[in-house]
Amino acid sequence: MSGFIEPIVGRYVHVEIDGEINRIYFEENGTGIPLVCLHTAGSDARQWRHLLADEEFTKNFRVIAFDMPWHGKSNPPDSQYGSEYRLTTASYTVTIRAVCNALKLERPVVMGCSIGGRIVLNLAIEHAREFRALIGLESADFQQPWYDTTWLNRPDVHGGEVCAALVSGLIAPDGPEAARNETLWGYKQGGPGIFKGDLYFYRVDRDLRGRTGSIDVRECPLYLLTGEYDFSCTPEDTLRTAAGIPGAKATVMERLGHFPMSENPEQFRRYIAPVLQDILDKQSS
Amino acid sequence: MESERVRQNTDPPVPFAPDAIIAGFKAIPDLLARDAALAARGRWLDVDCLLGPSTQPFYVAIRAGQIVDITPVPVLMRSWRFAYRATPAAFAAYWQAMPPAGWHDLLALTKRGQATLEGDLHPFMAHLQYFKDLLALPRQNGFGGAL
Repeated sequence: MSGFIEPIVGRYVHVEIDGEINRIYFEENGTGIPLVCLHTAGSDARQWRHLLADEEFTKNFRVIAFDMPWHGKSNPPDSQYGSEYRLTTASYTVTIRAVCNALKLERPVVMGCSIGGRIVLNLAIEHAREFRALIGLESADFQQPWYDTTWLNRPDVHGGEVCAALVSGLIAPDGPEAARNETLWGYKQGGPGIFKGDLYFYRVDRDLRGRTGSIDVRECPLYLLTGEYDFSCTPEDTLRTAAGIPGAKATVMERLGHFPMSENPEQFRRYIAPVLQDILDKQSS
Repeated sequence: MESERVRQNTDPPVPFAPDAIIAGFKAIPDLLARDAALAARGRWLDVDCLLGPSTQPFYVAIRAGQIVDITPVPVLMRSWRFAYRATPAAFAAYWQAMPPAGWHDLLALTKRGQATLEGDLHPFMAHLQYFKDLLALPRQNGFGGAL
């Protein structure tokens, strides 16, 4: 309907990260338990627009999705233009905690997808008490690389086209065409070298094998959900990870791939609704 | 750990006739000629490459996004820049209207060891979506019951 205005509100918050103020763009909607959503590598928080606009979820959750520095409408830090962007486990963890602190969120739920799914495992390892629950989508302690990331940023290959083409195969084949195109559009719009820089965290910095066994879900419940068509972080990767964490809940999502929240929002809703309800039930019990 | 569902992969995932795979591949030039949008996306592409089932690959000459020649291997001393070859089982699965998980993408097939990618990969990577869609044309044209 022409003239319809969505309830999502976008603003900027100034966040000090590693001694420098970053102007972070975030969108939010709803009231209740803060639910912070982390986008995938090389994309931005628009991936969460369907969850942000969900009438049911936003009755009980203040859904917040922010663009990581260098992504979407969050520019690089002033001092970093011209340098090579490289996300690390440490810098990613610092950024998430800094954003949550700047927004004065009290024990938020954090839900991340892909690299966001990996980092919630680190939050569970190192900072579980700060969070009410953690949700990892397409999350594992490690996954086998399947392409050379140097193809993502070189002058003789269009970065947006190759990034989108690579991840296009991670989307389940029968999802809505518009949602598929929108998901890939985010990759076509990423800054030069940003997807590659995010994957430094995923591929080079370190993985979490041997560390996830220390996660105590009594301190912070952990939910892992992975799409059956994700051949990057496979269901087997997630189930293996969950098997090493007593009490972690793992679900394989049918007809979904690596971008469940954006590639097929209705199908994803079927899986995330009971997780959010479980968090609500724990809150009231 | 509480697991709600585990899906096991089985190889090969769908039944197929080897001749049908060859026929499906041979139909690609005509299918491309009828797909103006795909041909337009490849308009900057000129390459001689090796594509197809590992049991019977083809030399494929592409000019301005159109296949101008397709010839079965071998041809004495014919050169190519890159090769993408997959098992007939992989193409049979890839061409299904709803391909099984892990068999639905060219690079999913290389990851699972059902396809190989060799040579100078620049033309393949610079036109990656074109090649994914090109080799998927039989899927959209009835091979796997899509029509």
